[in-house]
Amino acid sequence: MASFWTFVWPLIVIVAAIVAIIIPVLIGVAYLTYAERKVMSAMQRRQGPALVGPLGLLQPVADGLKLFGKEMVIPSGANPGVFLFAPFLTFVLSLVAWAVMPFGAHLVLSNINVGILYLYAISSLGVYGTIMAGWASNSRYAFLGGLRSAAQMVSYEVSMGLIMVTVLLCTGSFNLSEIVLAQQTVWFAVPLFPMFVIFFISILAETNRAPFDLPEGEAELVGGFFTEYSCMNFALFMLGEYSNMILMSAIAVVLFLGGWLPPLNFGPFAPIVNLVPGPIWFALKIAFVLFFFIWMRAAFPRYRYDQLMRLGWKIFLPFTLLWVIVTASALEIFGWLPAVVP
Amino acid sequence: MAFIDRTARALLLTELVAGMALTFRAMFKQKVTLNYPHEKGPISSRFRGEHALRRYPNGEERCIACKLCEAVCPAMAITIEAEPRSDGSRRTTRYDIDMTKCIYCGLCQEACPVDAIVEGPNFEYSTETRAELYYDKEKLLANGDRWEVRLAANLAAEAPYR
Repeated sequence: MASFWTFVWPLIVIVAAIVAIIIPVLIGVAYLTYAERKVMSAMQRRQGPALVGPLGLLQPVADGLKLFGKEMVIPSGANPGVFLFAPFLTFVLSLVAWAVMPFGAHLVLSNINVGILYLYAISSLGVYGTIMAGWASNSRYAFLGGLRSAAQMVSYEVSMGLIMVTVLLCTGSFNLSEIVLAQQTVWFAVPLFPMFVIFFISILAETNRAPFDLPEGEAELVGGFFTEYSCMNFALFMLGEYSNMILMSAIAVVLFLGGWLPPLNFGPFAPIVNLVPGPIWFALKIAFVLFFFIWMRAAFPRYRYDQLMRLGWKIFLPFTLLWVIVTASALEIFGWLPAVVP
Repeated sequence: MAFIDRTARALLLTELVAGMALTFRAMFKQKVTLNYPHEKGPISSRFRGEHALRRYPNGEERCIACKLCEAVCPAMAITIEAEPRSDGSRRTTRYDIDMTKCIYCGLCQEACPVDAIVEGPNFEYSTETRAELYYDKEKLLANGDRWEVRLAANLAAEAPYR
């Protein structure tokens, strides 16, 4: 009996931890759609959703129920297996990455040493959901949209990788918790501010968000790679897109905004800001980055495809490469290289 | 010099920041939309909405079946039949408006010598069937009774200009 519990108990703990991570993320996704509509409407001087529940707070629930009630259409020319698997893959991959995210000082499901590589790998796999959806729909619009977004995601991953390298040069660790702890004196958004800006623009492109949302540019490609999707498949794509936004914001927070560390953590402010627990600061910072996501969408028109590619390959890639060299040289010359942990 | 200026502007994202500042300021400005079913915008006294046939204060209907409105109607939406009543006065026996034909030009109320047919302030009378939009005399008189207060106020407001 004891051996049974020694096997099962850790399993229960892990499942409970997974649920404790996924439920807030899904609630966050639901209310991100609401926040997006509210903030965008405020910026366009509209009222936004205000009828379902107080201040329209039940709007995400109503939207979800509406999507559940829709008919699931599988186009006759589509490959049903891949067609149904693609949204599932997108959604699952956007949740899987949360396993290594440090929510607090020791609050992490799996504190692996190569956390940042894991995140990078998972976010790269997200392209497959897009490509599979585009191909399996057997429709021109979906196919072209899928190819576009795949090319876009791959292009911006290169500069994202180089930006991660600059951060890694400053921390000397692939472990996300150690990356956060390396920012105790100053968040990397300050010394690496240009990198932070480029990283933010890259994650906009990576998550196919405006102004880089041309895979779903209505005027050209109807709905992009999810043109043919309806009902829960569509909902899964939407959930995947929004939880990817949250995930990317979380990565930005971990790399540049000091993760769970409180702001103004010095002098007279330190006792006050430390009253608020780390995970709350982490969530607030994610919300701050997400506000910028929505703000971008309200402020800027969509890029043209060739402009997007030019920005990714001809501007961001050389610039980040240059900055990696500059950072490495500065660290070497001034002797600021982090002590390598054996 | 221009090159340096342009490059510096591009690298410092000045235009993007200016655009973002503009949208951010807009967030705190007053909303310009109405929460429609609960709030409604103001309507001019000249607004040409749903038709109504008015009555005199003693309950007698105003329409004298002169058929000027029927004649002037460019969409030929009005159909009138009339015969003398038992007391000798001329009144309509049928007054139909096909609201699906009507173009809401307002010529009928301009033509009316006794302010009987008017277009009121009501614009929320959509129906589920087409047949409900073939208004007869009864429906038009009921509209007149329902909206009389505002119809009279509108007519009084517009009187100096007619």
